[in-house]
Amino acid sequence: MINIDALREKRSLGFRLPRFNRRQQTLITILLMIIFLSSVIVGGALLGNERIATNFETKNLSPSLKHPFGTDWLGRDMLTRTLKGITLSMGVGMLAATVSAFIALILGLLAATMGKWADTVVTWLVDLFLSVPHLVALILIAFALGGGMKGVIIGVAFTHWPSLTRVIRAEVLQLRSAEFIQVSKKMGKSRWWIAVKHILPHLIPQFFIGLMLLFPHAVLHEASITFLGFGLSPHQPAIGIILSESMRYLSTGMWWLAFFPGLSLLIMVRAFDILGDHLHMLMDPHHAHN
Amino acid sequence: MRLRKITLFMIKKGTRIATLLVALCLLSFLLISYSPIDPVQAYVGADMMRVGPEQREKIAEHWGINKPPVEQFLRWAGAVFRGDLGTSMIYRRPVIEVIKERFLGSLALMGAAWLFSGMIGFILGITAAMKQGTWVDRAIKWYCLTLASTPTFWVGLLLLIIFAVWLGWFPVGLGVPIGILAQDVTLGSYIKHLILPAFTLSILGVANVALHTRQKLLEVLSSDYVLFARARGEQGFLLLWRHGLRNIALPAITLQFTSFSELFGGAVLAEQVFSYPGLGQTTVQAGLRGDVPLLLGIVIFSALFVFTGNLMADLIYQIIDPRIRQGGAV
Repeated sequence: MINIDALREKRSLGFRLPRFNRRQQTLITILLMIIFLSSVIVGGALLGNERIATNFETKNLSPSLKHPFGTDWLGRDMLTRTLKGITLSMGVGMLAATVSAFIALILGLLAATMGKWADTVVTWLVDLFLSVPHLVALILIAFALGGGMKGVIIGVAFTHWPSLTRVIRAEVLQLRSAEFIQVSKKMGKSRWWIAVKHILPHLIPQFFIGLMLLFPHAVLHEASITFLGFGLSPHQPAIGIILSESMRYLSTGMWWLAFFPGLSLLIMVRAFDILGDHLHMLMDPHHAHN
Repeated sequence: MRLRKITLFMIKKGTRIATLLVALCLLSFLLISYSPIDPVQAYVGADMMRVGPEQREKIAEHWGINKPPVEQFLRWAGAVFRGDLGTSMIYRRPVIEVIKERFLGSLALMGAAWLFSGMIGFILGITAAMKQGTWVDRAIKWYCLTLASTPTFWVGLLLLIIFAVWLGWFPVGLGVPIGILAQDVTLGSYIKHLILPAFTLSILGVANVALHTRQKLLEVLSSDYVLFARARGEQGFLLLWRHGLRNIALPAITLQFTSFSELFGGAVLAEQVFSYPGLGQTTVQAGLRGDVPLLLGIVIFSALFVFTGNLMADLIYQIIDPRIRQGGAV
């Protein structure tokens, strides 16, 4: 008889690292991403203003241990500015994406439950909002609201719902032909009752995944629109503003002004993307097999 | 028979586009009319101190902005319907002329980026699918997913730092060299100014096509007829050429056509970074300086641009795809 336990022990000596299955790996990635993202955001929110005060003694320093991201032409520490900018961008993006996802949820639900007429109107609305390039629509809305944070948030919120609406509508259409819904209908339940009690709970995972996947787009568009000079005032250290300011100093060779803030934004957005993807895998069993 | 079907299809699409355009005009006009920015002030600009209240009223009356919004809209919509988009305040020229001239500049940029990103993305997608599961596949997938979270303008800035500031290969900005008359600009210098922005848009635009093509090709490769072909001994490029390419080319091409909206958005950012004088930069200027007629004109124009792309995609399916051509539904 072979002692399996002994064999297992032998093998585990070779591999000190614990081995995880797919699900565990997904969970660990999700956990790591959440820890990373929240630490950056909380860190950015807690940082004081003293490190971004104007200080001409430390002007135009290239990256060093004391200032890992260098300093700008006013002697402000770029790491602090970047962290604060990211916190601001993430906040704006989060708010806009949430509003956007709620619009999508309500419209998708309406389209698929309230009959043919509502469906026509909603698909038409989706087409209408998809017909103008996002950035042009954002500029128009920011202009109409006279700039400011409000314009950016409303603009991003009102341009990002169409794609998720399509997904949710398709999901509801599929659900509606399910047996339990048919039975419920035969039992004389009203449309509204079915929508809220039977369909809505099924949409919750879709909704959260959609929200997570909307988020990177929202943040990138927020950064783009502030980069173009609409929206946030130059005193707020948003990533878009930091990058558009840096453009004036590029020809003098101060590459760190643009490199690190943009890279940080990329990493943050990518981290959110990975988080959304892994959540998707965890919640949607069909997706996990791919 | 076929011609009739296509005509019918065009009529259906046409009415849909028309209703969307009318609604778009109404919506954007509504938005603009609620803007707190005073058009007279935006028009006069820094000379505001020298303009008295009477003159202000005269200007307002001349433009008709003292009338109720409904009447304003009807006047504007009537003019738009006749093809008159008004006069741009920044350029003091008809909006249509400005858009036409600027769009030609953007067209070169977007066209180059569109072609290159399409081709490179297609090749990347094929490579990833043919090498499915290897490190090549993983690298391409990772690259594409990372691109999706990269800010366009940041890539532009990086390229600017590397190629224009450090290496000095390309000019730092502007569509043509400064201080040279328009007729003296050579084609060479024009192209030189075009390369960096087009390159920026190209490396960012590949992600969608590449991932989509990879997915489609994987579907094809797992089909029974490819299994049979493999059993007969076909492999590698020949297999792809005979059984894969025709199936994946069509979705890739239509996807490229439907990406006009993102292309336009990317061009706005790239033109801003490289100070390339195209429609994108004009859009930003119109928004920042409160040039209402130009902004509205560009909104309508960009919608038409996107519609054209979508229509082309639909038409290509109608005309080329044998399954739709012969009257079956896919």
